[in-house]
Amino acid sequence: MNPAIQGLVTIIVGVGGCIAYFYFSNQILDKVIFPATGKHAGRNISRANMVRPWLFLAPAIFALGLYLAYPVVETLRLSLTDRDLGGAFVGLANYQQMMDEPKFWEALRNNFLWLLVVPAFATAFGLLAAQLTDRLSWGNIAKSLIFMPMAISFVGAAVIFRLIYVARPEDQAQIGVLNAVWLQFQGGGGSFIFLKILPAIILVCFAALSAYVVYLVIKPYLQGYKRGGLLAQLGRVIIAVGGLYLAVLALRSTLTLFGAELPYGEPQQWLTIPFYNNFFLMVVLIWIQTGFAMVILSAALRGIPEETVEAAIVDGANPFEVFFQIKVPQIMGTIVVVWTTITLTVLKVFDIVFAMTNGQWETQVLANYMFDKLFRANDWGVGSASAIVIMLLVSPILIWNVYNARKEMR
Amino acid sequence: MAAIAGTKSGLVWTVQLSTIALVLLWLFPTVGLLVSSFRTVDQINSSGWWGALTTAEQNEVIRAADPDDNRVADGDMFVVSGNLFDGGTNKTITVWGTSSRAIDADVPGDVAVLGDVDTVTVQTNGDYEWRGDDDQISGRGQRIFVTTQSPPEFTLDNYNTVLTGGYSDGGMTQAFFNTLTVTIPATIIPIVIAAFAAYALAWMDFPGRAVLIALVVALLVVPLQLALIPLLRLHLGIGIGKGYLGVWLAHTGFGLPLAIYLLRNYMVGLPKDIIENAKVDGATDFQIFTKIILPLSFPALASFAIFQFLWTWNDLLVAKVFLIDATGETTVMTNQIVELLGTRGGNWEILATAAFVSIAVPLVVFFTMQKYLVRGLLAGSVK
Repeated sequence: MNPAIQGLVTIIVGVGGCIAYFYFSNQILDKVIFPATGKHAGRNISRANMVRPWLFLAPAIFALGLYLAYPVVETLRLSLTDRDLGGAFVGLANYQQMMDEPKFWEALRNNFLWLLVVPAFATAFGLLAAQLTDRLSWGNIAKSLIFMPMAISFVGAAVIFRLIYVARPEDQAQIGVLNAVWLQFQGGGGSFIFLKILPAIILVCFAALSAYVVYLVIKPYLQGYKRGGLLAQLGRVIIAVGGLYLAVLALRSTLTLFGAELPYGEPQQWLTIPFYNNFFLMVVLIWIQTGFAMVILSAALRGIPEETVEAAIVDGANPFEVFFQIKVPQIMGTIVVVWTTITLTVLKVFDIVFAMTNGQWETQVLANYMFDKLFRANDWGVGSASAIVIMLLVSPILIWNVYNARKEMR
Repeated sequence: MAAIAGTKSGLVWTVQLSTIALVLLWLFPTVGLLVSSFRTVDQINSSGWWGALTTAEQNEVIRAADPDDNRVADGDMFVVSGNLFDGGTNKTITVWGTSSRAIDADVPGDVAVLGDVDTVTVQTNGDYEWRGDDDQISGRGQRIFVTTQSPPEFTLDNYNTVLTGGYSDGGMTQAFFNTLTVTIPATIIPIVIAAFAAYALAWMDFPGRAVLIALVVALLVVPLQLALIPLLRLHLGIGIGKGYLGVWLAHTGFGLPLAIYLLRNYMVGLPKDIIENAKVDGATDFQIFTKIILPLSFPALASFAIFQFLWTWNDLLVAKVFLIDATGETTVMTNQIVELLGTRGGNWEILATAAFVSIAVPLVVFFTMQKYLVRGLLAGSVK
């Protein structure tokens, strides 16, 4: 059958089937099982109303259970078995095997790097864009242009950025922007300013910012009082450790930067430079996610009561003070939501790495490692084990979300 | 407020300029792809896309035609003549040479003496004449080093190749329709299922409702990766195998949590009076749902439809696992592009065009339905 016709039939059968199910099941409930007539009419109506929600929910519960809840349990079981031994129970052997692979640790390290860098930069750029476009006459146009990459697939974005990173032999014209810019630097004074001093300033500023965030997070402890529940405490510790790591990383990079002999005048294969190529991949996701952060934060900025800002201006606050001390604290909740949402996207990032490097040159991430195990090595045990690792990394956010949703429902 | 900020005109200018810079930075990558998709192969290879509107300069090495087949006797001399570009180009030669050490030795019209008597002359348009005795005009064609200038040139040929070409030439037509076939049912079916469930969770009272909502919130973040192996086993086990049915079911299942969450949040906010009045008037839950709730929820339905459409259109992982089998006939566009990256990584005219074909539809949807997308994002994220 032609796939297009098959698709049409599926729509009709799927939609028609669903509607028919809902209609007839309600009819049967009201007319046949618990008819609202006769001597038990009252009792029947209340019974029918007890059953009805489950009629409405049944298809959804079935689909959710089969396609999301069951796989969680099944993956956990599969991660403890071995396919080659006919699915025999092997305990933690798959996890053991995974831990012995350097590729796994590389993927884990890269995933943590992604987790630190991408949400931070996407949120920061999103906040910047939201604030800049806030009162601009052409702000909506600017916003929709920055938001546009959201519609572009990760694969499409991978092609777009490979065109930026492409390198060609030295004697040919460079068609990748990055190499074309790179070849403008020949090692003179200009190169020193733009490639050593400027990045060093940015890195030191970044380190200072990270350190400041760490200071803000641990300030309550330094002043000797505790706030928030266990989960909040844990969050603070994680942020503090991550921030410290970033600060140290940035400072160390500054030192290496000055020590490094940069290969001026040679076109670079950017995606094959170990460690730094991770950042070239992250740029793609930051480019995509900034629009998302901007849209949400922009709505939050609009929601800030005018009086607070006016009062600050009357008191003589400059625009930066207004932004950092009045606006940002008021939208902190939204910033956290944006941050966690992008974190979730990062944990599942697969397409970008798959299409750009496929995990070569030390750019492996967990989702791609898992795909690799699943379809190239055909090792379902280790594949499941790595999926469980992703699940474990997601679960703090899962618990946090459920906790918040419950709190809100009360 | 605006008046107070307006007094600092320096700041206003900084804001304007920074915004322009940011927008240009964000647009730059996509524009590069778009421009590249309209350039000829020669143009792409001779200059970066940012130089598309200027004349590009390029150095080339071209051999004269094979003397043994093409030489023509002229008295006691032999002549090989022709056009270096085989005609059909609008490049012009600025300088040329016959040695790799002096590629700019001559200007068009000059006569370069190679040995004792054999000479080469090249014209601006690439016409050349290579003249010499029997001994010299033999073996391989003379190498000629030319520096050419090509004026800006745009073409629709790439789109022609990509849209009409076969699967192995980077043809996207088949993949385009496959993607469409995956996307439409996978967008519509979850909406129907989720709408009923969302109504029950929003407006019906029953024990376990809070637990179910918490469960939906939890499933919202469960990584897709967990579902791949068990569901593939399930599909292979019950005979669905790899194919459209499998991918529709998978997308339906994976889209449901977001659909239920978005729709429920929206439906809860609908005015209570309408629903209670309808109940007093004797409407059943089914009637309330179809006649009142569904029409009122249109914005939320549209939001989710756009999300699901973009997500299924742009998806690679689910299609690779549940749809694409060994024959490759059911390939989707994202997968086709990944394969092109592997096999034709250097053919930017094909890659750029194929990528642009695949992102064109989402971009159109994005720009026409942006309002609903933003609304959905706000409803889905801000608590």
